[in-house]
Amino acid sequence: MRVLSVLALTTVAACASVKPASTTSPTPATSASRDTTPPASPRGGISSPNADPFPSTYTPWPSRATVIRNVTLLTAAGPTIRNGSILLRDGKIAEVGATVNAPADAIVIDGTGKYVTPGIIDTHSHIGAGGAPGGQGTQTNDVNEATNPVTAHVWIEHSVWPQDAQFPRTLQGGVTTIQVLPGSANLIGGRSAVLKVVPSRTVQGMKFPGAKYGLKMACGENPKRVYASRGPSTRMGNVAGYRTAWIQAEAYRRRWDKWLADKKGDPPGRDLGLETLAEVLRGNILVHNHCYRADEMAQMIDISHEFGYSIRSFHHGVEAYKIADILAKEGISGSLWADWGAFKVEAIDGIKANIALVDKAGARAIVHSDDASGEQRLNQEAAKAMEAGIEAGIPVTEDMAIKWLTINAAWALGLENKIGSLEVGKNADVVLWSADPFSVYSKPEKVWVDGAMLFDRNDPANNWRTDFELGYVPVMGRIN
Amino acid sequence: MKHIKTISLGATALLLAGAQIAAAQTIAITGGKVFPVSGPPIENGTVVISGGKIVAVGANVAIPAGAQRIDATGKWVTPGLVNGNTQLGLSEVGAVQGTNDASPRGKDEIAAAFRVWEGLNTTSALFAPARDEGITSVMVLPQGGLIWGQAAVIKLVPGMISDMLVKGPIAMVAQVGSPQRGGAGARGELIMRLRELFEDTRSFQRNRAAFERAETRNYSASRKDLEAMIPVLEGQLPLIVSTDKSSDIDAALMLAREYGLKIIIGGGSEAWMVADKLAAAHVPVMTGAMNNIPGDFASLGTRQDNLALLRRAGVQVIIIGNSGNGDEETFNVRNIRQEAGNAVSYGMTWDDALRAVTLAPAEIFGFAGRVGSLAAGRDADVVVWSGDPFEFTSRAEHVFVAGREYLEPNRQELLTQRYKTLPPKGQR
Repeated sequence: MRVLSVLALTTVAACASVKPASTTSPTPATSASRDTTPPASPRGGISSPNADPFPSTYTPWPSRATVIRNVTLLTAAGPTIRNGSILLRDGKIAEVGATVNAPADAIVIDGTGKYVTPGIIDTHSHIGAGGAPGGQGTQTNDVNEATNPVTAHVWIEHSVWPQDAQFPRTLQGGVTTIQVLPGSANLIGGRSAVLKVVPSRTVQGMKFPGAKYGLKMACGENPKRVYASRGPSTRMGNVAGYRTAWIQAEAYRRRWDKWLADKKGDPPGRDLGLETLAEVLRGNILVHNHCYRADEMAQMIDISHEFGYSIRSFHHGVEAYKIADILAKEGISGSLWADWGAFKVEAIDGIKANIALVDKAGARAIVHSDDASGEQRLNQEAAKAMEAGIEAGIPVTEDMAIKWLTINAAWALGLENKIGSLEVGKNADVVLWSADPFSVYSKPEKVWVDGAMLFDRNDPANNWRTDFELGYVPVMGRIN
Repeated sequence: MKHIKTISLGATALLLAGAQIAAAQTIAITGGKVFPVSGPPIENGTVVISGGKIVAVGANVAIPAGAQRIDATGKWVTPGLVNGNTQLGLSEVGAVQGTNDASPRGKDEIAAAFRVWEGLNTTSALFAPARDEGITSVMVLPQGGLIWGQAAVIKLVPGMISDMLVKGPIAMVAQVGSPQRGGAGARGELIMRLRELFEDTRSFQRNRAAFERAETRNYSASRKDLEAMIPVLEGQLPLIVSTDKSSDIDAALMLAREYGLKIIIGGGSEAWMVADKLAAAHVPVMTGAMNNIPGDFASLGTRQDNLALLRRAGVQVIIIGNSGNGDEETFNVRNIRQEAGNAVSYGMTWDDALRAVTLAPAEIFGFAGRVGSLAAGRDADVVVWSGDPFEFTSRAEHVFVAGREYLEPNRQELLTQRYKTLPPKGQR
């Protein structure tokens, strides 16, 4: 029996060194604390920050021990295992290897000719917040709070509609975890939400337990276009806007950290936006920065140094290949498209080898979607990026490309110890593909989330249908 | 991207070489699996090109003395692909207004006289990346309000529009799916306005002399627009009617019957719901293969096996990119391959899918005499693929357009080469 050892993921030094030496963290990372003790309600009641006011209520769906045999496993943690097996038990990956010890009561699936991968992770989604159907008058688009260039106080989860028909389609594409982000109209757009792609009446029921929040920031054309009449109307105005916000956030953090340390006098007044930014400065919220141009990314890196926070991922990064060495040195991942470009001037230098070049330079490359249709076929996007790399002379293998869809994205969300690879002890978020997932003809046949099979292409009667779809969207039956 | 280019990324050398195979040369592509589309596949087939035309295709073809041979053993040989719905050369940078020339101002949302190819940017940097992935011809469609204007088919060769134009017009383009875009308040009002336009066109045609003397009633469209509508009303020029909603498609079918129009449905996300009616009326559908989101209330029935269901009912189809995932952008005209692959994945036969991106558009829009199949006398638009053209791992190793290969690196390849080693040469 072959069991893959847990891959040690080290934090890049440059990344750790810019974090402030924060001794008191009044707001421990969200639900991580819920596994132990709930956050103490400080004296002063609602005038003090609560780390987790909208806690996750997700619990795994019932599952049975499941074995998939005679299958090709793309593990994202080591070389491809051909003709291997995987055992899912109690919501976790229990064994992976040439053979596994199947419990007597396990469901056994023959995977001959098929592939197993970790559940795909999309670091850049807007589904739920930009719901379907959209269009004039539907009022289903709640992505951009485009009322002020800095809206650090908004949380995208308050825009998420769990009955968005895009959720089941994303799951059917083999995607099990997504980060829903506010839009890019603002310099600082607000908090992200990391969701499991599961049916639920509430967004709380979809929130990934223990996941850190992200902060959406945006460079370049979008903010300066949206706020052209009131400012910022230039890129230099954008940068002044970020720095002004961080100066306020740093002062706020100091005030609060001091009060939390000595609890003398009344607590300082709360400010929702600065509270979020202070959490970034304490290292408890991860920065996800929409930025196209190489030169602007370099400036955003300097800003992060100035104020002592880390950028976890540059999103879109159409020119990431121009500074891939800098991204590697700084420990910043690139959440990138396979082949988008030229839809605006800051995107005209888009190339299909971007992802492969970023990977080659030693930075974490990620295939992201920013699109509800592309999100369903991220495997196809990765295949395009893989081939483009090969054509550019970079020897990309499937073992590399699978990481763009899984473990690298997990790292960008701070979840690399829970999801993103087929390793013993990780959450059993697993996809069974009809064929090599880098083939255009391959489709997810079954998808498990925490060991529970939530999608089965062969069992259309039991597929997830949102409330919206009932009576509006014809029952399709088995779609091939 | 072509094999030859990528083997030696010393592309500067290629750039200097200019590297165009002379058009007049005779070339024999031998040993490949040849898909003529107009006939059954030929194992170990040969395609002979000369003077920019295909001169022979078959299993036992005599290779002319002195022909340059390309060994395609193990390769797949197809006609150059046709993308039937693009704004290539009409939209260079989406957000830059000055580079967008697909949308006429028109008059009251009608721009029938607008010939979209007359303002086409023949120096677009996006032609080469499309061509390098095996797209040799594209249809260029206007976009607009109610009647958008006239579409053309162009070939992706360097030159001016006179060098590129295969045929124009090939169709008039209209929409009945969005009252807002059509300057109307209700769906039925769009149909009413089209009816008014057809009746005015007929009246104009019959009373032209009176019109010139200003002795007719007022018409709903300008003189040029009415003139342009005459071939549509006579059933000579096809009318692409864009809409997703099944009831709109049905309304368009009734309108076509009423006026004797030759129509093609564009978009057609819900076309499967009226597949039998479409088949009975011999009306083709242009649609994509990656649509499955009920994106608005007019397309709640969107499903990914739409194409397969239409084919099963006997409807002619053209595969286009329209799923909203960027494949309709001019940057990604090349992704028609991915669309075709997904169509197969969702129930279409492979042969049907190849036809739907080659011969089907050519036959439906009347340019099959030049493009869309591998047959003697056709333009030598031929692609040699390393494998199945719909697979991501296959590449277009040779792309001939009218018998010629274009080997200069495109803009995206030049950027790739510049930044392959960091920092790039000449910058820090």
